[in-house]
Amino acid sequence: MNAPARIKVATTWLDGCSGCHMSFLDMDERLVDLAQKIEIVYGPLVDAKALPEGIDVGILEGSISSEEDLEKAKTFRQRCRLLVSLGDCAVNGNVPSMRNQFDLEAVMDRAYRENVTLQPQIPTRSVPALLETVKPIHGEVEVDVFVPGCPPSADAIWFVLSELIEGRLPDPSQVTRFGA
Amino acid sequence: MPLPAIQPNVRVVTLKIDDQDLSAREDETIIEVCRENRIPIPSLCHLDGLSIWGGCRLCVVEMEGQSRLFAACSTRVAEGMRVRTNSERLQRYRRTIIELLFAERNHICSVCVSNGHCELQSLAQGCGVDHVSVPYRQAPYPVDSSHEMFRLDHNRCVLCTRCVRICEEIEGAHTWDIMGRGSDCRVITDLALPWGESETCTSCGKCVQVCPTGALVKQGTSAGEMVKDQQFLPILARRRHAR
Repeated sequence: MNAPARIKVATTWLDGCSGCHMSFLDMDERLVDLAQKIEIVYGPLVDAKALPEGIDVGILEGSISSEEDLEKAKTFRQRCRLLVSLGDCAVNGNVPSMRNQFDLEAVMDRAYRENVTLQPQIPTRSVPALLETVKPIHGEVEVDVFVPGCPPSADAIWFVLSELIEGRLPDPSQVTRFGA
Repeated sequence: MPLPAIQPNVRVVTLKIDDQDLSAREDETIIEVCRENRIPIPSLCHLDGLSIWGGCRLCVVEMEGQSRLFAACSTRVAEGMRVRTNSERLQRYRRTIIELLFAERNHICSVCVSNGHCELQSLAQGCGVDHVSVPYRQAPYPVDSSHEMFRLDHNRCVLCTRCVRICEEIEGAHTWDIMGRGSDCRVITDLALPWGESETCTSCGKCVQVCPTGALVKQGTSAGEMVKDQQFLPILARRRHAR
């Protein structure tokens, strides 16, 4: 039996709340159909430890706020044929980008000194350094499909994936919007 | 420009909009004829019942035989006019205008009190703006919460001047005005006093209702709760102009 090759999909979240991945799971029973057509080779929903090469569709949630986010976005761009910005943080910076109105130092002070009662200190080990400016994904790497929404509904994600599976470039404005 | 007073005897002209043969009163503007005939044209500063501002440029249309574009809200119809409202070029320009509005100030829809009821947000969706290709300015603007009933968030303001016009033309108070140039341009109350200290504001709230975004809102509203009602405007405007 020769099953048609499934489309290789990788997902990850950068500076986001994971809500877009939750919305992905909200596709409920459609996930069973989807699993016949796509193979999730990497992401928080599966157990792969490293991002493989030769991915068809890469899906990024969250904005680029730290050195690690930037590195992940660049690696996804290199290894994915199509890159999808999923959700407002990835598409326009959304809530994470609201710190851009302040100096990074002031933001760090507020979070780690002013509001802390026990041993206030700026974390430096085991956490990636924050970038001065939070950017949407396309502020750093080229993006092919933009799916706005906070989060985009399960229906919107289903529409986008179905179109991609059929080999068409979707127009998500039909099904979702900023802040949806 | 002021709203034209309705003349008893005006001629009717014939014109073509997007290959539709239409007739209209000669004192009508292109956008009015389009709205009557259900031809969609995006607009932001235009509002039926207020004077014409022509500032947002979203309603630009192409006219046969003319190389420049015309704002449909501030261009009168004329005999034999041939108008195109939705060419590839116009769509691209409109998307760019909307992207620049989003990039200029803070328009984070997901946490905005007007989320789901915002004209800028639905224009973006309607015109196919799914991301902003220019860098965001990230400049902070002040929020004025000094009024006991309403709040002004300059971060959400698109400078459409609907508040300025309705306050002067319908309420007759002229509390609102415009100050500064370019990115420093702001709507102000009285001579840039905090709104709550304004002596001319009657707290009627008309400016809040016509504001297309979450710039003017009711106090105490949370994300997505600010629903506006503009039904009153054409009725009040007709009564004002009938006098």
